[in-house]
Amino acid sequence: MTHRFRVVVMGALAAVIVMPLALVVARAQAPKGTATKGTLTKTPWGDPDLQGVWSGTTPTPLERPLDGGKVLQTDQDVEKLEEELARRFDAPPRSGDPGVYNAFWQDRGKGLKARTSLIVDPPDGRLPPLTPDAKKRADAAGEGRRRLFAGPEDVPLGTRCLHWERLITGGVNQYYRIVQAPGYVAINMMRLHDNRIIHMDGRPHLPQDVRQWNGDSRGRWEGATLVVDTTNFTDTREDRWGSKNLHLVERFTRVDEHTINYEARLEDPTTWTRPWTLALPLVKDPEGSVGLYEYACHEGNYSMVGILGGARAEERAATEAAKGKR
Amino acid sequence: MRNRFRDVLLVVITAAVVAVFSVATKSTASQVRAVARTADGKPNFSGIWQSMNTANWDLQTHAARPALTTVSGPAGPVPAAPGLALGALGGVPGGLGVVEGNEIPYLPAAAAKKKENGENVLTRDPEVKCFLPGVPRAMYLPYPIQIVQSTRKIMMMFEYAAANRTIHLDKVEHPGVESWMGFSVGRWDGDTLVVDTTSLHEDTWFDRAGNFHSDALHVVERFTPLTPDHLTYDVTIEDPKVFARPWKISMPLYRRVEPNAQLMEYKCVEFVEELMYGHLRKEQLVRRWEGDLGATGGRLVIDVARRPSH
Repeated sequence: MTHRFRVVVMGALAAVIVMPLALVVARAQAPKGTATKGTLTKTPWGDPDLQGVWSGTTPTPLERPLDGGKVLQTDQDVEKLEEELARRFDAPPRSGDPGVYNAFWQDRGKGLKARTSLIVDPPDGRLPPLTPDAKKRADAAGEGRRRLFAGPEDVPLGTRCLHWERLITGGVNQYYRIVQAPGYVAINMMRLHDNRIIHMDGRPHLPQDVRQWNGDSRGRWEGATLVVDTTNFTDTREDRWGSKNLHLVERFTRVDEHTINYEARLEDPTTWTRPWTLALPLVKDPEGSVGLYEYACHEGNYSMVGILGGARAEERAATEAAKGKR
Repeated sequence: MRNRFRDVLLVVITAAVVAVFSVATKSTASQVRAVARTADGKPNFSGIWQSMNTANWDLQTHAARPALTTVSGPAGPVPAAPGLALGALGGVPGGLGVVEGNEIPYLPAAAAKKKENGENVLTRDPEVKCFLPGVPRAMYLPYPIQIVQSTRKIMMMFEYAAANRTIHLDKVEHPGVESWMGFSVGRWDGDTLVVDTTSLHEDTWFDRAGNFHSDALHVVERFTPLTPDHLTYDVTIEDPKVFARPWKISMPLYRRVEPNAQLMEYKCVEFVEELMYGHLRKEQLVRRWEGDLGATGGRLVIDVARRPSH
């Protein structure tokens, strides 16, 4: 009797110790995009449950720094990177420049240990080279940014409160609410209060001549992974994230209660010489939290009036100055 | 014996009649689809919905008129300059009201403001500038609505302006700030979804007729399934700063049953940039429109001037 009790306790203890270890090992060994079996909740209708509010904040840059970028091994390394970024964002702007959001606004979360870039493919952690045509487009866009903005179209998309094309990465307010129903996965992006409605019923993409900022998304389940295939992007995108020919494949895999592994493969033969992939974990917000605040950007967008009005004022001042010299 | 035979025959005939009748009843019943339900037995509103009425033009009963903004002519209003070239495309359809009793109980000062709003729709209606529509207006804008209904949250996504709202069926911390789409808490009252919305921003309107509210707006919506493809949308509107008493609107919402129905993007922010920032361009872009309408209209020329506001 006592012996049996001891065995049960030992068994329970062993389970407590072994299980987390097993999870860690399973996660480390699991092939890319496969969740640990049997540990995750399902929706009442049997789909993997990705629901909740998720955040993609990290100071880990998209591309690996050119100096080779030391792999962040310890908490101290991660802290150092965070401090360095904070210093950079808090540095006073040069004179005449109103500056941008300082470190307070940069919701950067924690650094990814053992990662120096979000890009996981190509293996050097850098964006693949641009095609010659894309290089020309990028040069022309850079040229445009150096001139005074002539009209709203010259202002970056985010400042226009129009669109955030960096997917589930970067910048401020990186919170995403996922809600599911049979046949649908909906992602509400806090940034610019955007909606992504992913149809799961196998319907074809919209006709090729219909183009949208968020493209046209279709989803399917591959085991525990949500695979979202998106095409039909607009041709008015900012080139760094692909042209209208972008074919985007995103994979969302819930790996534990608190984490979704997110992966995005971007293929656009008219922009890059090869496809590339970024990956980052999305971390779950506690249930019952506000989750997403309303990002009513356009309704209070005084920066457009400030930027364009400022450009016109500079032009007037230059004209006056030229008159004065004559 | 004969009597007994007659009784038996009667019973057989009765049974046959009853059987035929019950078969007929069953086959009729099987042709009527039941209201879709979720795994936990609630009505399932997931799908695409849309109103089919003129509530966004005017919540109250109104006659048709030639344009949103008009000037008076010798025999009634004619389109003002902004809508002139649109002809019948710019007309306002008449419609039956959705307000219970057709009266909106404005307090006296608010009634005056509503009248003024109605005379300045193009410069005051937040829909003109593609601002978030607020609640309840989002529900009867002339664009489809995607509902994704889960157990703890119901997400409503609107084609107009990529607006959205989350109905919290679970307990959630209050955001503590007002917003354009408000803070919505939902509960089930039998088959009716009841949504209570507060913390609404004062700058949204109810329609293109200038009906408005303050930041004290409190909206209670009731979504009740009527058939698999219709629901009744009842709303109680309360705002003691603007209205003398609570008032109600009611309308059906219709399911979009096309097999390929989906929300398209209508990111109108881009579409209103010329209106909102055109006066700050280095060179004015939209200067003049000229069209030859033939013998019945002649050449119509519209000249556009942009100036700073004073």
